[in-house]
Amino acid sequence: MNIAELGRTGGGEPAVRTEGLAKSFGEHRAVDGIDLEVRPGEIFGVLGPNGAGKTTTLRMLATLLKIDAGRAEIFGVDVAGNPHVIRQLVGVTGQYASVDENLTARENLWLFSRLQGVPAGRARGIAIDLLAQFGLEKAADKPIAQFSGGMRRRLDLAASLITRPPLIFLDEPTTGLDPRTRGQMWDTIRSLVADGCTVLLTTQYLDEADQLADRVAVIDHGRKVAEGTPDELKSAVGNSTLQLLLAEPAEVPAAVEVVRRVLGSEPVLSPEQGRLNVALDRADLAADVLIALRTAGLSISSVSVAKPSLDEVFLVLTGHETDDHGDRALEESR
Amino acid sequence: MTSTIAPAREAVQAADRVAAARRRVTVGETIAQTLTMAWRALKKMRRNPEQFFDVALQPILFTAMFAFIFGGAIAGDVESYLPLMIPGILAQTVLTTCMATGTQLREDMEKGVFDRFKSLPIARIAPLAGPMVADLLRYAIAATLTFGMGLVMGYRPGGGVAGVLGAILLAIFTGWSLAWVFTWVGTIARSAQAVQGISMMILFPLTFLSNAFVPVETLPGWLEAFVRVNPVSQLVTAARDLANGGLVSGSVAWTLLASLIVIAIFAPLSVRSYKRHM
Repeated sequence: MNIAELGRTGGGEPAVRTEGLAKSFGEHRAVDGIDLEVRPGEIFGVLGPNGAGKTTTLRMLATLLKIDAGRAEIFGVDVAGNPHVIRQLVGVTGQYASVDENLTARENLWLFSRLQGVPAGRARGIAIDLLAQFGLEKAADKPIAQFSGGMRRRLDLAASLITRPPLIFLDEPTTGLDPRTRGQMWDTIRSLVADGCTVLLTTQYLDEADQLADRVAVIDHGRKVAEGTPDELKSAVGNSTLQLLLAEPAEVPAAVEVVRRVLGSEPVLSPEQGRLNVALDRADLAADVLIALRTAGLSISSVSVAKPSLDEVFLVLTGHETDDHGDRALEESR
Repeated sequence: MTSTIAPAREAVQAADRVAAARRRVTVGETIAQTLTMAWRALKKMRRNPEQFFDVALQPILFTAMFAFIFGGAIAGDVESYLPLMIPGILAQTVLTTCMATGTQLREDMEKGVFDRFKSLPIARIAPLAGPMVADLLRYAIAATLTFGMGLVMGYRPGGGVAGVLGAILLAIFTGWSLAWVFTWVGTIARSAQAVQGISMMILFPLTFLSNAFVPVETLPGWLEAFVRVNPVSQLVTAARDLANGGLVSGSVAWTLLASLIVIAIFAPLSVRSYKRHM
């Protein structure tokens, strides 16, 4: 495909399209056939626990890892065949800040601008603009070693935006940030889309996907287990979860029966003996369930109501918990 | 941090970007990117001045030490040993300096910033060649100090200023080309320590099994054969001819040829192995 053809096909193409994308490290299939379609102008979230294959997927799309099998296209351009073109279209912000520790913030931005062919004078201007936009003016000439985690992330994101790439990859952009910095990062990510960018981000947090993403793909063990809007995802799980631990594990079937009768829905059995998770549309439905259990003479040793966590989403979608990456899970995936 | 990006800008148009994307890096871009990487390496050197310890101390220490230890035994006295030894120290210093190139590259590659270098649309050779360009400064310092120390100890090179400059330039170029070997080691080894270990194993036979410190005639026949083909011996002979006699001998040509062959083999190997690392 030559440049002219690349240009013609670039128009209405999805920002990202993968088919059967796969990557193995030795025996371990880190990404095991993932199909994704990210539309231009949206924030697409890839949600999954540690080790699910999120970062590996992103690194393959960013030409940082070789694609073992399947196909990936970015704005209609084949990733494996045109890595140099892809690198001009994608800005990557990794999980670990990929900026130069030996340079100041300003020097970092200048370095990455110059490397991408920005003339020296304009590079200086871009650095000043980005530092201001990310609230780093005061720290502009300090060594990165003195930066906080949040400042590094901001600088890292700023460095990805130098050439205003149409597609931005963010790998767990807020992991390890305090709540205030996290909120600021969310605002920044939203503003990218307002600017015409498409954002593909990975996260371990359901609420982050909920806050930011237009659509979410849930992946586990290198496979996509669900896809939809955050609302669709949450309605599968309920808005809150009633967690029950029965005093007598033998009474679980009776308790399941009670929940079915009261809510008309199926509780999720946790691998732990006697534990039930009940998805609730409204938190006050918890009282109805508890009263019904008492009436039925079933005794409870512990009870709590929580917002659905990634664990619950996973329990509902995959039937196992997120920390379940031991032998059993591996066997299941085979 | 503000929540809007400069409002007056027009939106990013993906299709235009795809159309405008360049297919490959031109030679001009590669050179510009390499020089930018060299700028980065120089900044790094300035902020970590301990990187200069080896290039500054080694020539001074080794020149004094070797002259007094071997001088009497090999040449009768220290002063008549200096014309033989100084070009030898020059070669040794430059080789040690290029070993550091590989070790430092490996350390650097393990840092997060290399991830960004890989994700940028830049020539794959730029992150490798940039630090090497900056290292020219280290070779220049090491070579100059070696001759400076020699002069202090009473060395009077017969080749004059031009001869000495020629020897320094030849040593810098040879060192730079041999550095590609260590850069390659840097891209294949698992850790910086491993690079150091492997490099030592290459370096010691090369420098000591050469004519750097002793006349070849004193060696047993089998060893003499190796010493004569050792490229370091060629460099030492060429540097002696230049510095002591102002003579551009055949060894100069052989040294240049050997250097070019080393670059032709190890530069592509390094880039290939760097690419595979990702």
